[in-house]
Amino acid sequence: MARSAASSTRVFTRFRAHSVLPGFNLAMGFTLLYLSLIVLVPLSALFFKTANLGWGGFFAVLGNDRVLASLRVTFLTSLAAAVINAFFGLIVAWVLVRYRFPGKRIIDALVDLPFALPTAVAGITLATLYAPHGWIGQYFAAQGIKIAYTPLGIVVALTFIGLPFVVRTVQPVLEDVEAGVEEAAASLGAGRWDVFRRVIFPAIYPALLTGFSLAFARAIGEYGSVIFIAGNMPYISEISPLLIVSKLEQYDYAGATAIAVIMLLISFALLFSINALQWWTSRRGVR
Amino acid sequence: MSITIENINKNFGAYKALDNINLEVNSGELIALLGPSGCGKTSLLRIIGGLELADSGKLLFHGEDVEARNARERNVGFVFQHYALFRHMTVFENVAFGLRVKPRKERHNEAEIQRRVHELLNLVQLDWLSDRYPAQLSGGQRQRIALARALAVEPKILLLDEPFGALDAQVRKELRRWLRRLHDELHITSIFVTHDQEEALEVADRVVVMNKGKIEQVGTPDEVYAKPATPFVYQFIGNVNLFHSREHAAWTERHGDAVAYVRPHDIDISAVKQDETALPVEVKLVRAIGSIVRVEVSAFGSSEFIEIELSRERFDAAPLANGDKAYIRPRQFRVFDTGEKNELSAA
Amino acid sequence: MSQSTRIATHESRSVTLLFIGVALVYLLLFLGLPLFAVFYQALSKGWGLYWAALQEADALSAIKLTLIASGIAVPCNLVFGIAAAWAIAKFEFKGKSLLITLIDLPFAVSPVVSGLVYVLLFGAQGWFGHWLQAHDIKLLFAVPGIVLATIFVTFPFIARELIPLMQAQGKEEEEAAVSLGASGWQTFTRVTLPNVKWGLLYGVILCNARAMGEFGAVSVVSGHIRGMTNTMPLHVEILYNEYNFVAAFAVASLLALLAVVTLLVKSLIEWQARRSGEPLHHGA
Repeated sequence: MARSAASSTRVFTRFRAHSVLPGFNLAMGFTLLYLSLIVLVPLSALFFKTANLGWGGFFAVLGNDRVLASLRVTFLTSLAAAVINAFFGLIVAWVLVRYRFPGKRIIDALVDLPFALPTAVAGITLATLYAPHGWIGQYFAAQGIKIAYTPLGIVVALTFIGLPFVVRTVQPVLEDVEAGVEEAAASLGAGRWDVFRRVIFPAIYPALLTGFSLAFARAIGEYGSVIFIAGNMPYISEISPLLIVSKLEQYDYAGATAIAVIMLLISFALLFSINALQWWTSRRGVR
Repeated sequence: MSITIENINKNFGAYKALDNINLEVNSGELIALLGPSGCGKTSLLRIIGGLELADSGKLLFHGEDVEARNARERNVGFVFQHYALFRHMTVFENVAFGLRVKPRKERHNEAEIQRRVHELLNLVQLDWLSDRYPAQLSGGQRQRIALARALAVEPKILLLDEPFGALDAQVRKELRRWLRRLHDELHITSIFVTHDQEEALEVADRVVVMNKGKIEQVGTPDEVYAKPATPFVYQFIGNVNLFHSREHAAWTERHGDAVAYVRPHDIDISAVKQDETALPVEVKLVRAIGSIVRVEVSAFGSSEFIEIELSRERFDAAPLANGDKAYIRPRQFRVFDTGEKNELSAA
Repeated sequence: MSQSTRIATHESRSVTLLFIGVALVYLLLFLGLPLFAVFYQALSKGWGLYWAALQEADALSAIKLTLIASGIAVPCNLVFGIAAAWAIAKFEFKGKSLLITLIDLPFAVSPVVSGLVYVLLFGAQGWFGHWLQAHDIKLLFAVPGIVLATIFVTFPFIARELIPLMQAQGKEEEEAAVSLGASGWQTFTRVTLPNVKWGLLYGVILCNARAMGEFGAVSVVSGHIRGMTNTMPLHVEILYNEYNFVAAFAVASLLALLAVVTLLVKSLIEWQARRSGEPLHHGA
């Protein structure tokens, strides 16, 4: 009996290596079941629904001007926000890693605020601040620039949402850049800017790109913080997630699904490129 | 408790980690598994400890097949290479762990656990550290705590994976002697894995030399050093000079492809020609290292170095300097067929 | 790294100040000011109105529903996170990286789409819609739908926190425990769990903050029935759209407080973890 138990474990080793630790079957079984029930089955519903739609129906939805406009607004504002975050996020990470100043620990903790603050709260607050009479908006209004209720407002909200990504991916990598390497470069006669450009930046570049992609991906799907500040004018400041919601409210399930599938595909492409990027950098030995 | 290993095989994918291993370990013995990294020694140790399964073969403890018993039931003490101390527990709780997880029926009361743990901590001379956490200890201290923890469950067999691998030279030496003394006191059948020949020769009763998943030789430290069974053992343990039959047919006593293996201290060097087989050489480098003198020579027209070791007294009786001409002749050597391990003859 | 000791590798004083200045202005403008504004707006008409807004029946029922949703979602994802991390970090098997990618999936899905998939499953025209209607079970536009959407959105948080942590710790300590005679359960509760307790707590805190604050997904499946299927974020939306700003910001201030507490606990945990030598995984 004991023999046969041992030999059956041996057959199983083809799927996984032997371990003395117990509980693999239970843990793995539960993981797969839960993953399937909560994530995989529901998501597959989306694709089956699209399949019912057929190519004709699918492209009919996507060919719609309003849908195309919403995709363009979503994509461009997300890109703008990600670029802003890449630039300022790099500076914030640099300052947090390299300099000492009073209140640094509080600032460091504050960076994660967008992860923890509910998006709806961020949305109403930013809308209030950047409205023409708001604390910040009034100064722009004086210059004739309207932020809230325009695509600019969307960029503001998406910048807020994506702020921690670049900082938090660049920070640990920047901490790992050895001072010795910089000193070596400096001793070879490189100026401070050269050292940054030729030594530091190449080391943190993959992390910066990863952070940028994460912020970009997050911005594309964002809903809660945007709808309050966007103004939601069709063709101008209407984002795709909002269009999905309004199609749902009109019981246009097919239309909502088609837009959702497109957004999902964009997200997956981004997720895939982030994973590929990380795989590539780990192979290069740079984190 | 004796250990019998019969025809054990282990593959990792296409890689053969253990190739038909047979070994008998006597009760109370201290055995070293010696070999270069990747030779399979750690796999063998983990299989004995029940941390890994062999693909085929038999493993007997005191004549009883233990293959179906998992690590928990083998009553084997395992000391891990990086100690694997529980980092969130104090030294005391680390050592007490094995006693606390016993089934309720077998568990001792708290007073008895306290007594035993302190006894063990005294045994490893670290009772004063019982409230510390592993992160607060030095490498040598962690090693001894790991040993005390393994001994707490009163194992019949003690397995140690590179027990001194992560320590610096001075601490290594001390712990080595200490482990030997401890074993002489406790007499638990023990196997330790090492890639350091000095460690194996100094501590073990018997040494098992392994290479590429196979056992090359089993013997006392003296045997594996003085009478290596294979070219690998010759080269792995101690230094050795190789003389190929093409150039040194007189020594290899044979005209085919063969190589004579000669230890540096088994070569005579002299300014006068000893006999017809002596090889004329030029002295390249003389270096005194403590009580021995190392002389590097090369045959005329050859760029290969031959290493010779002499006692200081012997060297002082007939000193040599760089550039001198001299003659060398092996006192003792062993000849192996090239490409094969078959021993042909011994002088 | 102190600047004074690294002479060759620091910038001039003016550049340093410029960088610090830019970083601080950016963070204050986008993070500090909004956080302050929430509380300022909430209290702009005094404490009396603030308390009244929080004690209103619909607000209380929204708070209750939010607590129920996160009270179910967090434990579910906790059990899942531990199981997934145990299987992935302590065992070698084929398809591991695929599994990790699949666990990440909800991160890549827009909250609105997360809600939509449940509508497609359980809605009147959905796969299970007829069956549910026939058996008079209401998932959508009811509490179960809200809970499901919350679970989906916060699905990866605890697993993502634990997997790298447990992978970094290896399995030698567990093997040592087993060889000392510990059972699987003893090994898990006495060795594995204590070693990841800070990371686990951090995952739970973050998961909870997201669960309580989720808006998009919940908005799609909730049906916005006041006093029935409104969570706190949805209640904030309704009040705001009714131009009842004080009340909206009052409820929002509770959520902002939750965020502040989350950040505070996170800082404490990081400090603790650094002290006890347990590395923490940074990131979303």
